[in-house]
Amino acid sequence: MKTIDLSTATVRDLNQALHAQAIDNEWRVTHSNGKHNLAVGVNQAVSIDIEGHAGYYCAGMNQQASITVHGNVGVGCAENMMSGSVRVKGSASQAAGATAHGGLLVIEGDAGARCGISMKGIDIVVGGSIGHMSCFMGQAGRLVVCGDAGDALGDSLYETHIYVKGTVESLGSDCVEKEMRSEHLQELQELLDRAGFAHRAADFKRYGSARQLYNFKVDNASAY
Amino acid sequence: MCGIVGLYLKNPRLEPQLGQLFEPMLQAMTDRGPDSAGFAIYGDEVADGWVKLTLQATTEAFDWKALMGELEGRLGCSLDWFQNASAAVLKVHADEAPVRLALAELAPSVRVMSAGQSIEILKGMGLPQEISQRFGLASMQGSHIIGHTRMATESAVTMEGSHPFSTGADLCLVHNGSLSNHFRLRQELKREGIHFETDNDTEVAAGYLTWRLQQGDSLKDALDHALEDLDGFFTFAIGTRNGFAVIRDPIACKPAILAETDDYVAMASEYQALSSLPGIENARIWEPAPATLYIWERQSA
Repeated sequence: MKTIDLSTATVRDLNQALHAQAIDNEWRVTHSNGKHNLAVGVNQAVSIDIEGHAGYYCAGMNQQASITVHGNVGVGCAENMMSGSVRVKGSASQAAGATAHGGLLVIEGDAGARCGISMKGIDIVVGGSIGHMSCFMGQAGRLVVCGDAGDALGDSLYETHIYVKGTVESLGSDCVEKEMRSEHLQELQELLDRAGFAHRAADFKRYGSARQLYNFKVDNASAY
Repeated sequence: MCGIVGLYLKNPRLEPQLGQLFEPMLQAMTDRGPDSAGFAIYGDEVADGWVKLTLQATTEAFDWKALMGELEGRLGCSLDWFQNASAAVLKVHADEAPVRLALAELAPSVRVMSAGQSIEILKGMGLPQEISQRFGLASMQGSHIIGHTRMATESAVTMEGSHPFSTGADLCLVHNGSLSNHFRLRQELKREGIHFETDNDTEVAAGYLTWRLQQGDSLKDALDHALEDLDGFFTFAIGTRNGFAVIRDPIACKPAILAETDDYVAMASEYQALSSLPGIENARIWEPAPATLYIWERQSA
């Protein structure tokens, strides 16, 4: 176990050590105090525990690493993650998991606005509620919300699967509620189990794209 | 980009430490705003019938003593004052309007930063650390304080263009974001008799709130109207005589975080600015929802 204390080391020290080859398998980061860009761009199968709150872009661009934040995270946690996993024990600010292609992001508390915006294959499981404009232009992957969703969920959605247990304040343009078939129940239960949440898939509703915005309609030409 | 910080003490025993608790909060937002900084501190109230004004001269060498002597002669009433760097805090047993009029005639270069019974606004160009040292923030006492670190995107970097902006007696505004309809709104407000000193968009928001409050709006009504009439991005913190308020635009892309303990309510653009507060590890921490007013005020002044 390697410990990096951010009351003495810099964020650059931390990230450069994590990027170096032949490193320890287990890392512990102390005195994070909401600093930005913690554990970004890691590309090794290591385990990292951040013992406190993190600022913006924590665990951004992660590949392979398993990162746990024992606190809250700021804007853009796990943005553009490719693989691996990120677990936030507290809550996340806006744009959690933005544009991410793969891996698993678990937020045990709430996530703010634009959670999973333009997500491209990541799985996001939120134990609490999510803010407005979440999953805007979501292209692939799964977004699971055990609480409620804010305004305009799934606006201009492509093929992300969205599951919400609580209420949805409003659905965005081209996002509709869809039938929960057995394959959906199965993938949802697997995600809930992987995230470690004791919910039943049958209690959720599924939302997806009505696929009406995929192509430009010439009838709408006069609107521009 | 700019940084906002606010600290409202629920526990009066902390009041002697207000400046000391707040200084690291302001300095933690240096990355978000290195151009200029400022703060509005509330405390040291004057009695009813008195008014307190914060004045700014262009240099620290300004002859305040001479001005105060002339002012006392002109107004024919008792006054009290002290200098703080390029600023002076003036307390007069008179109404605000005749004091402003006399100041404008006697010292046209002196700017009135704030007026009321409690508020003092101190601001200027430079790093937050320079501003807090210039005005001796760390040793200041009071009940609550809001501050701003500016990275200008909209208008010139000047003392006048830095925040907080006064919006009326004991009221002020700090802003993170940018307004897109400030030009037209400024023209409309000028016709309503609101006076502007800069091309700054936040000054228009401040002028807008001043105008709404003059029209008889409560602070809540004025901010509800602001959500309708201001187009653009904003997280606002508003200082009032008895507390402070926070509101974000309906899109809420400018950050804000709130923390509450038994001792205080604190607000900042980023958690980093809260991390130096005592007991923060056990505070309730959350992000304010879009288009929602949060307000903390003491029951009585």
